[in-house]
Formats: sequence, C-alpha cells, structure tokens
Amino acid sequence: MSLIVKEAGKAISRADERAPISSLAKANLRKIFPDHWSFMLGEIALYSFIILLLTGVYLTIWFKPSMIEVPYHGSYAPLDGIPMSEAYASALNISFDVRGGLLIRQIHHWAALFFMAAMIVHMFRIFFTGAFRKPRELNWVIGGSMIMIGLLEGFAGYSLPDDLLSGVGVRIVAGIIESIPVVGTYLMFFIFGGQFPGSDFIPRLYTFHVLLVPGILLALVGLHLVLIFYHKHTQYPGPGRTNTNVVGYPLFPVYTAKAGGFFFVVFGVTVLIASIVTINPIWAYGPYVPDQVTAGSQPDWYIGFLDGMLRAIPPGWETVIWGHTISWNIFVPGLVMPGVLFTLLLGYPFIEAWVTGDTREHHLLDRPRNAPTRTALGVMAITFYGILVLNGANDIIAQMTSIPFNYITWFTRVGIVVFPPLAFVATRRFCLGLQRRDRDLLLHGRESGQVLRLPHGEFIEIHTPISDTEKAVILSKVDVPVIEAPPATDENGVVTPGLKGRRRRAKWSRFYFGDNVAKPSAAEIEAAAHHAHEEHDHEVEELTEGGKDIPARLTD
Amino acid sequence: MSDNHGTDVSVAEHGDTPEFPLPPHHHRITDTDPKAAKRAERQVAAMFGLSALCTIGFVVAYVAIPTDTFIALGPIGIVQLSNLVLGLTFGLAILLIGLGAIQWAKKLMADEEIIGERHPLGSPKEDQDAALAEFQTGLAESGFVERKIVRRTLIGALALFPIPLIVVLKDMGPLPVDSLNHTIWRKGSRIVVDVTGKPLRPEDLAIGTLVSASPEDLDKIQELEGNQNARAKASIILVRMRPSDIKSQQSPEGQTWDYQGILAFSKICTHVGCPIALYQQRQHSLLCPCHQSTFDLADGGKVIFGPAARHMPQLPITIDSEGYLVAQSDFQEPVGPSFWERG
Ligand code: HEM
Ligand code: FES
Repeated sequence: MSLIVKEAGKAISRADERAPISSLAKANLRKIFPDHWSFMLGEIALYSFIILLLTGVYLTIWFKPSMIEVPYHGSYAPLDGIPMSEAYASALNISFDVRGGLLIRQIHHWAALFFMAAMIVHMFRIFFTGAFRKPRELNWVIGGSMIMIGLLEGFAGYSLPDDLLSGVGVRIVAGIIESIPVVGTYLMFFIFGGQFPGSDFIPRLYTFHVLLVPGILLALVGLHLVLIFYHKHTQYPGPGRTNTNVVGYPLFPVYTAKAGGFFFVVFGVTVLIASIVTINPIWAYGPYVPDQVTAGSQPDWYIGFLDGMLRAIPPGWETVIWGHTISWNIFVPGLVMPGVLFTLLLGYPFIEAWVTGDTREHHLLDRPRNAPTRTALGVMAITFYGILVLNGANDIIAQMTSIPFNYITWFTRVGIVVFPPLAFVATRRFCLGLQRRDRDLLLHGRESGQVLRLPHGEFIEIHTPISDTEKAVILSKVDVPVIEAPPATDENGVVTPGLKGRRRRAKWSRFYFGDNVAKPSAAEIEAAAHHAHEEHDHEVEELTEGGKDIPARLTD
Repeated sequence: MSDNHGTDVSVAEHGDTPEFPLPPHHHRITDTDPKAAKRAERQVAAMFGLSALCTIGFVVAYVAIPTDTFIALGPIGIVQLSNLVLGLTFGLAILLIGLGAIQWAKKLMADEEIIGERHPLGSPKEDQDAALAEFQTGLAESGFVERKIVRRTLIGALALFPIPLIVVLKDMGPLPVDSLNHTIWRKGSRIVVDVTGKPLRPEDLAIGTLVSASPEDLDKIQELEGNQNARAKASIILVRMRPSDIKSQQSPEGQTWDYQGILAFSKICTHVGCPIALYQQRQHSLLCPCHQSTFDLADGGKVIFGPAARHMPQLPITIDSEGYLVAQSDFQEPVGPSFWERG
C-alpha cells in the first residue's frame, strides 16, 4: 500500500468515526458519468457561476453602492472634477486605482455573459434530446427558473455602476414598472423610494444583486446538482447503451480530472478574454445624468429579446378607460410576453407528457429527428427569439448595413408572425426525411458508390450494410403510438366520460406523432437482409422482378 | 388521468441486455508504447510547470506595471496595460492547469468505459406503504384531524401572520400622490442652456437648431432634494423652425405656445422615458435612441414611428420683459411614460 493510500485510510477512518464517509465514498467514488461534448454546456454554466461568486466577492471589497454625489478625483483624468454618484466613482476606482481591479470587473462581466449563454445553449441540448422527460421534469423547471433569475441578476449587476448606459437601462425598467395596470405607479415609487431616479435604488439593488439573488441561485444550483447525481446522467444511444444502464467513466479519477480540468479551462479562457477584450468601458460613458443618453444604447445580449419586442410594437397601443391609462405598448412586450414565454418554457415537459400519455422513466436520449414535432417547436421558438434579438439591435444593424431601421422593425413585425411557422414546417419535414433515410439505411444499407454491371447490360449499385454502431443508434428510435379518440358513445349508447378532453388529446397526439416513419420491425430487417442476399445470388431474376415492379410503382 | 391510456415506450425493461454489445476497447498509443506514455507525462508536467511560472509572472507584473498605462492593441483598440498583462499571466496560469489535467485524463488515465446498472428511482412499495403508515400514526397522535377548532385557528393564524411583513414594506417609498403630474416649470421660469446654464434669447436660436435646456432654478432645487428627480422630469428641448412649417401645436384655440417658431418640448420620451436629442432637421422629427419612437415636432409632436403611444408634451413659452425665453406655465400634462392614474 502506498503512502498516499495509507494516509487517506487513516484520515477517512478518523472522519468515519464522526460521519459515514466511507459508505459515501464507496457508493460514489466510482460513480459512472457518460461522456459527450454537449454535456459540457451545463458545466460551463456552473463554472461561470462559481467565477461570478468569486469575482463578485472581490468587487464588494471596493464597490460603494451609494447615490450620494461626489466630485471625482481619481486617476482617470478625463472625468476629473465631474460630479457623480459614489457608486460610479467607486467603479472607476476599481478600474483605474485598484491594481487588477479592472481585470476582476471584466472577468465578472464576461462570466455573466457566458453564464447566460451557457445556460441557454444547455437548455437547447436538454430540449432537443428530450432529457427533460420523466424523471427530470423538476430539473427542467429549476433550470428554466435559473435562466429567468440569471437575467434579472445580470441586469441588476450592470445597473450597479450607475454609468450613463446603465442609468438609461434603469430608466427603461422604471417605465416598464409604471406600465403595470392599477399598481404600477405605486410599485415604482416603492422600488425607487419615490420618484425616478431618487437615491435609494442603487443601494437596494446592491443587496438584491449580492445577497438575495445569488442566495436563491446557489440554492437552485445545489438542488439541480443533487438531482443530477441522484438521477444519474442521461446518455446518447449507441451500442451497449440501454434505458437501464449507464455507460461511461468513473467519477474518480477520470471524470474528476476532466471536469475539474474543464473548470480551469473555462476560468482560464474567461480571464484571457477579460484581459484582451474590454467589456462595458464605463469610463467612456460618463456618469448617469437623467437628461442625457448615449446613442445606440444596448443592453447586455441576454436582455436583447425583450428590447427587440419593445421596439417592434407599432405606435398608439394605449387605452384610457374611466380615467385610467393602460399602456399595452409597454406592459405586453415588457411583462406579459416574457411571462407567457417563461410559463410555456417551464411547462413544456408536462405538456409533452400529457400528449404522449407516457409515464415511463427515460434515461436514453432522443435523437432530435425522432421527435420531429418537438424539434420543430424548438426551432420555431429559436426563430422567434432570434428575430427579437436582431430587432433589439436594429439601430446597430441599420448603422452597419445602412438599411433604415424602420425597415428592420417592419421586417420584425411581419417576420415574427411568418417565419416561426415556416421554420416549424421546414424542420418537421426535414426530420421526417431523416427518419426515412434512417429506415432505408437500416433496410438497404448504404450506397457504396460501387456499380456492378449485370450480364444483360443493366447497372446496379452495390449497397453495403451499416455498422453495428449505426444500427444501435438508429434502432434506439421509439415509435410512440398515436392515441386515438374513443368513440362518442360506448356499445350501450352511454356517452364516453371526458370525451372532449380525450378528443383534444387525440388531436395533439396526431399532431406530434401522426407522420412518424415507423422503425422497421425485426421481421422487416430480416426480410430485407434476405432479399439483399438473393439479389447477390440471382441478379438476373432479381432484375426481371424489379422490372415488373416499376409500372406498379408508377401507378401508385 | 393517470393513466390507463399510457403507452409503453420503454426501450428495454430492467435487466435487458442491449441488442448490440459495447464495442471492444481500443488501446491508445500511450497504453501500448511506454515511450509515448513518457512523452505524454512530460507534456502534462510541462503545462503544470508553465502554469506556475505564469503565476510568478503575475506577481511580478502586479508590482511592476502601474494602472495608468494604456497601449493600442491592433483591432481590439486601446487597453490598459496592467489589465492586459495581469490577465494574460493569470489566465494562462489557470488555463494550463486545466489543459494539463485533461491531457492527463485523456492520455494516461484508464479509458475503458464501464457499464453500471440503473435502478428504479422510486422507493419500493413496502417503503411507500410503511411511510404512509408512519404518517398516519403521526397524524392520529397529533389530533390534527379531530381537533377541528385547533386546526382551523392555526390555519387562520398562519394565513394572517405574513401581513405585517407586507405592511412594513409600505415605507419603502412615499405614495405617488400627484408628483408625476408636475414638473418644476412655473410661469416665468427662465429657460437656460443645459450645459452652460446661460439664459436664452430668441436670437440665440437659428432656424433648424435644437438645444437641450432646463429651468433656471434646477440646480438649486436639485441640491434641496439631494437627487436628480427634478431634472429627470423638467429637461426640455428647444427647436426653431420657420413658422410656416409648423403644421399644428398642442396649444388650445386662442393661445400661442411657440415664440416666433421656437417650440419647447419635453425631452423625456413618452414611451419608457429615455431622454431624446436626435433631431432630423429636414423632417422636423425627433428620434429616441432607445426604441426609435419618432415624433414630428412640426405636427404637435405626434408619434410617427415606433412604440410610443403619445405625443411629446409641449411646454408653452414666451419671452419676459428682458427678452429672455421663459415658460408660460408648467406642462399641461404629465411628461414621460404613461402610468395608470394618468388618465
Ligand atoms: C449569477 C450571478 C451574477 C451575475 C450574472 C452578475 C452580473 C454582474 C454584471 C453584468 C455586473 C456589471 C459589471 C461591470 O461593471 O461591467 C456586475 C457588477 C457587480 N457584481 Fe455581479 N453578478 C453575479 C453575482 C455577483 C455576486 C455573487 C456578487 C457578490 C457577492 C456580485 C457583486 C457585484 C458587484 C459588487 C458589482 C459592481 C461592481 C462593478 O460593476 O464594478 N455579483 N454583476
Ligand atoms: S424610450 Fe423612447 S422609444 Fe422607448
């Protein structure tokens, strides 16, 4: 026994007298984790979060969340003597007078951008592979909530330095809060401690940003990880992989080294980017003054879709009833739409489970093509989102391309209705096409490119059978049967209970699975293999048979 | 509906063997060739070693480079030298640890995939029954079911107790009352240029110009309030156009709100409140940089594009006895974004 093992044994047995460490270690040290590049997306999100916690704590050392006005006398000469809030002055101080301070600010900001991006792309992976299905619905809900909360946290963060850009963002949010019917004005006054901008907002936002939200996020991240550990990771289909096993590498040492190493890679890359590419140069914007604005005000990218929606509304969406104003133009895109979108997002696993009527556990991932309607819905949502993000930058695009911004806005207003359904239809057809191709591959193998000339002059192409790995992947497809609506009355003429709901479900089931290209049965595969064999032996007969086939097919 | 219409979509039942077995394990070159393994070992060690050097480099740079040196970095632009060097050394120090560890795992650690079994996630039926039984016993012992009055009063008390937590929030801010309806503009308030604080005469404004302005006593009031609330509502823009170009104004019948083609409008967008100062002189249009609401200042400030629902409020102006531009009164409607009580 090596020295390390001996020492570890001693330490463990000492600890074991106080808590059941050995049992835990025995159960988990060699726990198996499947490996795939797309499983790293969630890790990037987690690691960015850790980086945010770490650098955030450093920022709190110097940052002063105060709106008290002070003249600036730090080492950034262009702003010397200018009155500004203490918050802004301290953020400048972090950038120019604390050595390494700018680096920490930049790491914090880049990590926030990566955090949001990684969470969202991670969510795409979960969605398109069906990893949200039972038993992982709760983890989907937790993940979606973290995106929503992360968005708020990011907004709070970049509003803290109280520079001109962030102040304008806060002004916009104040305006959105004011648009809430009945309580909006009161909420705005409570949140801001009076009129906009007041002097309470930054200190309050600070507590929200460094205590309340990170606390909630930390709890959710913890729960998310515990559930992953408990459920064990899903895996992609392939030879040796089933719904009841898990194939991969042990937690210790391989996964520890890879995942631990990957943390350092994510951290290192973030630091390198922060050292080279300046993000949020607050000194260039100047302090926030309520009657000034920077041209081309852009929020961080993850807020872009909300901005894009606000921008797309045509003039005049406001009604006054009984002396009260309802600002549909702000309330709908600013609050109702994100509310509806996030509700649909969080509810999706339950919607799909209802449609499939499926109560099984799923640990083997779907290939996106094998769930064409789900995949198409996903692409449709991404299209919708993408158009909004573009419109959120319509002024920048206009500047770069010299297309007038009103054209881009009009494109958005029309495109938001037209393109998502188109994307849906195209994706669905594409998926079904891939299903058909899979079926052909399984039955007839792959075209080899090798052409054979038959004795009477006909040419045929030789098909080679596909590998076992490919077969295993293709055969992982599960044909979900379409649920049929029950007859309106049973044989005794009694009306079927819950008829309406069951008919609705049958309709949805058809929408999801009606066009499915069935996976060939074992018998069909057998027959096809047999057929191919004969083809080889009796080319000539085979050909005449084929010849007979042609007219029949034409009359089909 | 849980759920006899459920469909069986399981791929394999527990304990099923897969149709296609795991492909045989291939040895890497580092598994078979000790020289290759040695090489990989040296690579990994070199990365860890370099990382340590970078950390030392960081400390040196921390001491040596002041924060006020900037350098131009090609297409990236001007960057702070200290940030650049500290970031590069620290970033590489971290990155190399990560790359080393991954290389180690990939090249040198065992890479044979292992198969583990999944077990049904739920608790076995006996446990479920036992848990329910325990719960029943506890419930019976508590008397929660029979002692109705205790139960109901407890539920009532629990429902009420958060009220103080909400009531206390009341003092987060003053009530709005009608503060959103007014600004500090009064009859006779002089209009001064925003940056310089200089009062304006009509002659100061050429046709086609736009000036950001505010009331003369703004600074005094701001000091009193200790914040920028007054400025957030009171700032205006002045534009001058040929009187013949003015199609309409917000002034009621029989009043003039402009002064010889000089018009004053709120600067605060009626959408969600960004200050606006992008003026397209030829079309007399004012463009908000936030969401591109566009207002026609020659036509009563009405919205001609974008999400805003209402015209830019106009401030009635005139000149005082000394010939300076002044307000005739406060705005005749609330400025800035709409709100419920606005009407
Ligand atoms: C998920 C978590 C978080 C996100 C998405 C986030 C995001 C941000 C962003 C985008 C900024 C603006 C940085 C800039 O100036 O360019 C910021 C600032 C700040 N954050 Fe965070 N943050 C997070 C967590 C934290 C935590 C946990 C702390 C402290 C414990 C923290 C402390 C601060 C401080 C003090 C500032 C202002 C300093 C400055 O801007 O210079 N943050 N945050
Ligand atoms: S604030 Fe002016 S358009 Fe939105």
